[in-house]
Amino acid sequence: MMNYFPDEVLEHVFDFVTSHRDRNAVSLVCKLWYRVERFSRQRVFIGNCYAISPERLIDRFPGVKALTLKGKPHFADFNLVPQDWGGYVQPWIEALARSRIGLEELRLKRMVVSDESLDVLSRSFTNFKSLVLVSCEGFTTDGLEAIAANCRFLRELDLQENEIEEKKNLWLGCFPDSCTSLVSLNFACLKEINLVALERLVARNPNLKSLKLNRAVPLEALQRILMRAPQLVDLGTGSFVLDRDSDDSETYRKLRGTILKCRSIRNLSGFLEVAPRCLPAIYPICLNLTYLNLSYAAGIHGSELIKLIRLCGKLQRLWILDYIGDKGLEIVASTCKDLQELRVFPSDPFGAGHAAVTETGLVAISSGCPKLNSLLYFCQQMTNAALIAVAKNCPNFIRFRLCILDPTKPDPVTMQPLDEGFGAIVQSSKRLRRLSLSGLLTDRVFLYIGMYAEQLEMLSIAFAGESDKGMLYVLNGCKKLRKLEIRDSPFGDMALLRDVGKYETMRSLWMSSCDVTLGGCKTLAKQMPRLNVEIINENDQMEFAHEDSQKVEKMYLYRTLVGPRKDAPEFVWTLV
Amino acid sequence: MPLDTLSDSPQSDVTSAMTFKDTELTLGIPGEPTRSPAGKFCTKRGFIETVDLNLRTSTSKPRGKTHADEVDDKSDDVVSGACKTPASKTQVVGWPPVRSYRKKALKSCKYVKVAVDGAPYLRKVDLETYNSYQELLMALEKMFTCFKIRGNYLGESKVIDPMKEMEYVPTYEDKDGDWMLVGDVPWKMFIESCKRIRLMKSSEAVGLAPRTPPRCKTTT
Repeated sequence: MMNYFPDEVLEHVFDFVTSHRDRNAVSLVCKLWYRVERFSRQRVFIGNCYAISPERLIDRFPGVKALTLKGKPHFADFNLVPQDWGGYVQPWIEALARSRIGLEELRLKRMVVSDESLDVLSRSFTNFKSLVLVSCEGFTTDGLEAIAANCRFLRELDLQENEIEEKKNLWLGCFPDSCTSLVSLNFACLKEINLVALERLVARNPNLKSLKLNRAVPLEALQRILMRAPQLVDLGTGSFVLDRDSDDSETYRKLRGTILKCRSIRNLSGFLEVAPRCLPAIYPICLNLTYLNLSYAAGIHGSELIKLIRLCGKLQRLWILDYIGDKGLEIVASTCKDLQELRVFPSDPFGAGHAAVTETGLVAISSGCPKLNSLLYFCQQMTNAALIAVAKNCPNFIRFRLCILDPTKPDPVTMQPLDEGFGAIVQSSKRLRRLSLSGLLTDRVFLYIGMYAEQLEMLSIAFAGESDKGMLYVLNGCKKLRKLEIRDSPFGDMALLRDVGKYETMRSLWMSSCDVTLGGCKTLAKQMPRLNVEIINENDQMEFAHEDSQKVEKMYLYRTLVGPRKDAPEFVWTLV
Repeated sequence: MPLDTLSDSPQSDVTSAMTFKDTELTLGIPGEPTRSPAGKFCTKRGFIETVDLNLRTSTSKPRGKTHADEVDDKSDDVVSGACKTPASKTQVVGWPPVRSYRKKALKSCKYVKVAVDGAPYLRKVDLETYNSYQELLMALEKMFTCFKIRGNYLGESKVIDPMKEMEYVPTYEDKDGDWMLVGDVPWKMFIESCKRIRLMKSSEAVGLAPRTPPRCKTTT
């Protein structure tokens, strides 16, 4: 019946289909639908920039307006991928510019972005509106100058946790006076900022809803900025400190008054530097908060932290440091009944010390917050009993990431592995999509995962398992698996090669310090030409004997339609 | 799940904490011959061993039994304590899995000014480079060698004759702007809240109850 509708009607119907996956499914129905869908697609998500080429993207989706690209593998976040591995955005921007694509939004994660890329970007797309860079590197404030100066209709500039070289502190002043369209600005990852330019920018952008400042913005400036932007929904403070100087009580009083007018703030973060005695100024807005991120607020702990939490009854997402302690988590559990997402980060991220939270805090959260569906928890220890209790209290996990600081630590009460505990989690949370394991774990946990984690898409394994069986349970059982990353686990060629076709159903597989050999990887590469099997050998260049029996230190494989990449550095060897 | 005990393993009598040996994981493709002079059966390279391996060698280390055995022989006590954190834990690359951006952000380079009453200029120290009050005070003593710093509250009894030498009390300004005596709060909390340090002449430190053993109270 649909075949008799003109294309425009189909297109109109497809407009209502927004998720990438649904649109992908639509395009597979028939050739007609494929054709209509591809010309009408505006938003494209590419989870691995090496899976496809910019030319083919442009060819298939000439109407693309919003593009998301991801580069390096996830373990690059933890220094497991050497510098210069790849993930360059330059070819993408050049190709899009050449083809006169009407790009409006670009979102990049773990990619290498150069000043030149930003410059080309800023000049090539007249309607460019939104740039979001997450965990990227390779650019300086010069590149930001280009964006500010040339993107006349910029609405969003969101710099999240990037490594940016700061040269002159002028970029914010490069926004022309005519720039009044900003909705979202985040420069928290920079060290410096031009305060005068900032205040002027905020003053002339009345639609600003999200503003995340950096350390260089003092409290006095924050007060003036909030005066100009009481409509903010999302605020990241910079420095929240007042010295004991002559007029600080005046500033503090003004701040309190100004904050009272900011009735729209729902998300609060920052406090990169903080004097706890200034915190009461924000108490009035706490009761409306749905997202609170104190994970960089090393200066807030103890009773100050608790006082703050007690006021945040409507929180849905909470990111904190483990200063909160188990007792503090009990208070979270009794206060934040709507909590859906909790992330507890280690205050000592070098792992040399102790985490201040244990299984006790997690159990408390699970009993007080049954809506919990997303967890990231760095802790000192965990027990099976606790995990079983958590599984029972919270059957709705979508993301469950547990990191015990000592990654092979057993249940300290029973000295057993944590297989049963994680087994309970996967069995009870039927919609689990992402799982990270830690603690002492045998093959059994993988048996459970293979059996029960039917919706699992991403699995992170470290120092776990006993034999190839473990990995096989996962590969066989998890039909929806897309990303598998494994380090320091005894999985070898047998598991790797058992079902080579599986990898074309996945985005990528990372294995480092495991037992796969060069020979095994070569076999895989030969059998599967549409996989790039990359061997990463930064230190081994001299000594790598190229013997098939030699174990491979780091292997990263991913499906691709465009063969081995041409920008691979010397230390990356793509097997064919 | 029943765990195999390697009761015949020569290492099983080494540790009083039976548990690690009992829960010892083994790896190996079925059929692979055992070869291990230390008597272990293709032991999975545990976390502790990885720590050592990462420290000693580049990634081109010869992998497999021999290396693990070397490590095992000397790290038995450490290995057996896998359930407890070894005292001087060194770091494995990429663990705990925290983004380097976050690590850098939380690792504040904590330089603070140090002023000593009577000295013509100030110095700066990075508090992050010390792990305890003891270390900090020792470093300060080295910096200002002509002065003796009172540090009895650390358990060392320094008997200082106030007539002969100048005695200084370490104080610091905290985030709230108050001047506090160094040593009252846990070290980590101190680093976080200390903005600057002043070594105050004892004679001025009237009213501050020193955290010294009772007999020294007579000196104030």
